[in-house]
Amino acid sequence: MKRVIVVGNGMVGYKFCEKFVAKSERENYELLVFGEEPRPAYDRVHLSEYFSGKTANDLSLATMNWYESNGIILKTSELISEINPKNKQVITYRNQVYEYDYLVLATGSSAFVPPIKGVDKKGVFVYRTIEDLEAIKSYALKIKQQGSTEAAVLGGGLLGLEAAKAVKDLGLKTHVVEFAPRLMPRQLDEGASNMLQQTIEGFDLGVHLGKQTNLIAGNGAIESMEFSDGTSLKTDILVISAGIRPRDELAVAAGLKVGHRGGVEVNNRMQTSDGYIYAIGEVALYNNGIYGLVAPGYEMAEVAVEHILGGNKLMSEEIDMSTQLKLIGTEVASFGDPFIENDEVVAIVYENKLSGIYKRINVSKDKTRLLGGILVGDSSDYNTLFQLYINCMKLPENPEDLILGSRGKGGSALGSVLDLPDTAQICSCESVSKRAICCSITEGDCSSLKDVIKETKATTGCGGCKPMVVDLVNETLKSLGQEIKETICEHFAFNRQELYDLIKINKIKNYDEALNMFGKGDGCEICKPVLASVFAGIYMETANKQVTIQDSNDRFLANIQRNGTYSVVPRVPGGEITPQQLMAIGRVAEKYDLYTKITGGQRIDLFGAQLHELPLIWKELMEVGLESGHAYAKSLRTVKSCVGSTWCRYGMHESVSFAIKIENRYKGLRSPHKLKGGVSGCIRECAEARGKDFGIIAVEGGWNLYVCGNGGATPKHAILLAEQLDEETCIKYLDRFLMYYIKTAAPLMRTAPWLEKLDGGIEYLKKVIIEDSLGIAHDLETEMQGLVNKYECEWKQAIEDPEIMKRFRHFVNSDDTDDTIEFVSMREQKMPRPW
Amino acid sequence: MQQILDQYNTVTENQVKTWFKVGSVSDFPENGGACIKYKTRQIAVYNFTRKNKWYACQNLCPHKMEMVLSRGMIGDLNSVPKVACPMHKKTFSLEDGSNLNGEDYKIAVYPVKIEKENVYIGFSD
Repeated sequence: MKRVIVVGNGMVGYKFCEKFVAKSERENYELLVFGEEPRPAYDRVHLSEYFSGKTANDLSLATMNWYESNGIILKTSELISEINPKNKQVITYRNQVYEYDYLVLATGSSAFVPPIKGVDKKGVFVYRTIEDLEAIKSYALKIKQQGSTEAAVLGGGLLGLEAAKAVKDLGLKTHVVEFAPRLMPRQLDEGASNMLQQTIEGFDLGVHLGKQTNLIAGNGAIESMEFSDGTSLKTDILVISAGIRPRDELAVAAGLKVGHRGGVEVNNRMQTSDGYIYAIGEVALYNNGIYGLVAPGYEMAEVAVEHILGGNKLMSEEIDMSTQLKLIGTEVASFGDPFIENDEVVAIVYENKLSGIYKRINVSKDKTRLLGGILVGDSSDYNTLFQLYINCMKLPENPEDLILGSRGKGGSALGSVLDLPDTAQICSCESVSKRAICCSITEGDCSSLKDVIKETKATTGCGGCKPMVVDLVNETLKSLGQEIKETICEHFAFNRQELYDLIKINKIKNYDEALNMFGKGDGCEICKPVLASVFAGIYMETANKQVTIQDSNDRFLANIQRNGTYSVVPRVPGGEITPQQLMAIGRVAEKYDLYTKITGGQRIDLFGAQLHELPLIWKELMEVGLESGHAYAKSLRTVKSCVGSTWCRYGMHESVSFAIKIENRYKGLRSPHKLKGGVSGCIRECAEARGKDFGIIAVEGGWNLYVCGNGGATPKHAILLAEQLDEETCIKYLDRFLMYYIKTAAPLMRTAPWLEKLDGGIEYLKKVIIEDSLGIAHDLETEMQGLVNKYECEWKQAIEDPEIMKRFRHFVNSDDTDDTIEFVSMREQKMPRPW
Repeated sequence: MQQILDQYNTVTENQVKTWFKVGSVSDFPENGGACIKYKTRQIAVYNFTRKNKWYACQNLCPHKMEMVLSRGMIGDLNSVPKVACPMHKKTFSLEDGSNLNGEDYKIAVYPVKIEKENVYIGFSD
């Protein structure tokens, strides 16, 4: 049995293990891994997501279990302090000696800290490991409590900008300081950098270019940075992200050959100057370069595995440094040689300052080859361009079409993804070719995207190739005659729209009947709520009718919260509420000791009600005319309004009255996802109506109707559907629009993604809604009016029916209440005990 | 919280010492769940009419330790009867309590019998 020792358990070290255990020859080898961090390898590429809520666990690449079950001995928190190449030994900091047959150095790099005076002051950090991030987070919290909120990031490169975003998200006013005269100097040209700077400044981040930092000043802790041009920047915390330095100390001490600026020299088999020692990843100096990207690191890992186990794969001559990333709310990508400039090359540039978009492609003079390029603000063409570049594919007749986008016709410059050559490398992190992806379906057992990812590992590195992999999988399945259909779940082989029609045409009245006729098995938590929504959309039945197919919230007509208690949200149409109603809400909240909060949608939310209290609370609220706000349902939530012409000195029309009218019209209307609306009395848009599924804005001569805006994780501004409408026409169009959406959208699909998927987009929607191109407008209106007429408050139903009231007891066999619920106090109110 | 969780252990029919009466069939919703109390324990009981079977399990979701499983939706996964927690949709087999999303959490399950329209849950104490 021979032994391979790996020093370093970062992404590349882990990849080495993964590739190693996949080989049958490994049976003759013992694999021993040393990592200095306390946890197994994690995804450093997505490190900054740690700040936006991801946990160390989410970022983890493999568990301890994984190593164990693959027969790898992983020693975490274990530092190697010496290599003895003569005896083929490594020595740990505890003086333990381990012998190896082959040694792999995957020690990566550390953050480069420039030799600036005062760099050791308190409040100066680097940005590299989870521990670094935790330290930054807790220091930021501390200074914020003291009222200090200025932050700076040294380094305007890739990682620096990411760090800046992370620091900004901690609630600090953040500045980026860069030595070079432009941002991301290794990836972007001046035009692109300017555009990026403009965008970044728009996000309230300061950008300072061409600044050489001379001194970090402060009394113990950092207070300011002083630059060589005599200027200075006040700051309370500094995060340094000024590049990387290979961790080659061990190699140097062991007498291995290193480059004059660091990095262990390797050949194209990843061997160092000692043939039994390999170096991979950011510690390796290959072709005179250090490569701080995942893809080349992974390739190096594979080459080293191959060579140790007797294979003969060699490292690529040229390392591709193309990158694509989302930065501070904008997209940036560069590929190939972004800067190339000579007589044989023409650069084509498209710039739109209004929308913050800059695109540059470098094309050979004969217009046949793409050599590189830069995308800022919109990198949706990256995959296509990258494939054209990396596969040396022929360009379209007018190469500018590649970046000018879909003028008129649209469609990808590539045509179908299936036109790519079989050898085209789709996922460069895992080096997966188009052939590997397609063959896993045509010749292997894969029949879905999930299978293909599991089989090929494509998309699991940086993830940039995902859209193309999805396209390839779908197109390949289609070419095999397989229908690509989104079915609801294992119980129904239909999509929501089909089920809607089937139930309507066959006059199906309940879930069991639908399951018996069109499904199989006994249903589940996915198809039950979908069908509940369909029944509601056809018959306007309330959630009380088929109780056990309702989502939990609908079943109890309230929102379940963190400790299993509920929150109650009465409907307050247009945000208009009488003092009497306000007092009633206050009394109820006081009586039942409810945490009380005004929501973002002009409602009052009452938290902490136990199941058995819900009917008691509603009884009192109903006495003053309040109704269920359906805040728990996939249905109309709120129609927000501003004050409008009733009180506002700018108001043009009466937005409050109109909002109330509309909210009352559609209240209780169940839909594929929640629905929100807004009515603003003038273009100042205080109701933020364009962030809603439908937005109405008063203009000279009537109302403008906007549709398909969404807040949430992928916000979208609503788009103009029709202008200067009178109230009646506006409601008519809304009826048609909402009904059309309810009938055709997929489950849990909000209006913005629905519109995106609608063939022909907004122009098509205009034809259907305004010009009645499908001849269904009358039916849509009639159906909507039918639903509107059938509205009933489901809480009123519940309270009047003793059978329904049984639902709200915690125990069937006892009048006791749940004694496990615990609250703690906060700002004179209460909250659930923390998880 | 561990203490609360430790009260719940799966009981098989041959371990039953007490058949505890928890109500009549009509006290429980069809194809849904409700909660009963036994000593200090909370047990979720499901009348799975489509399968013509009854199931019982701990009411405590082991993921976040909240007493909510009786309010979850039931269904099946490849014919295995299951419940989905209303908090985060973790799903558990009602037959053996195992987690069907491939996670480590497990729940305790209990035998149910119906006699003369009365519902009994089996406990080993």
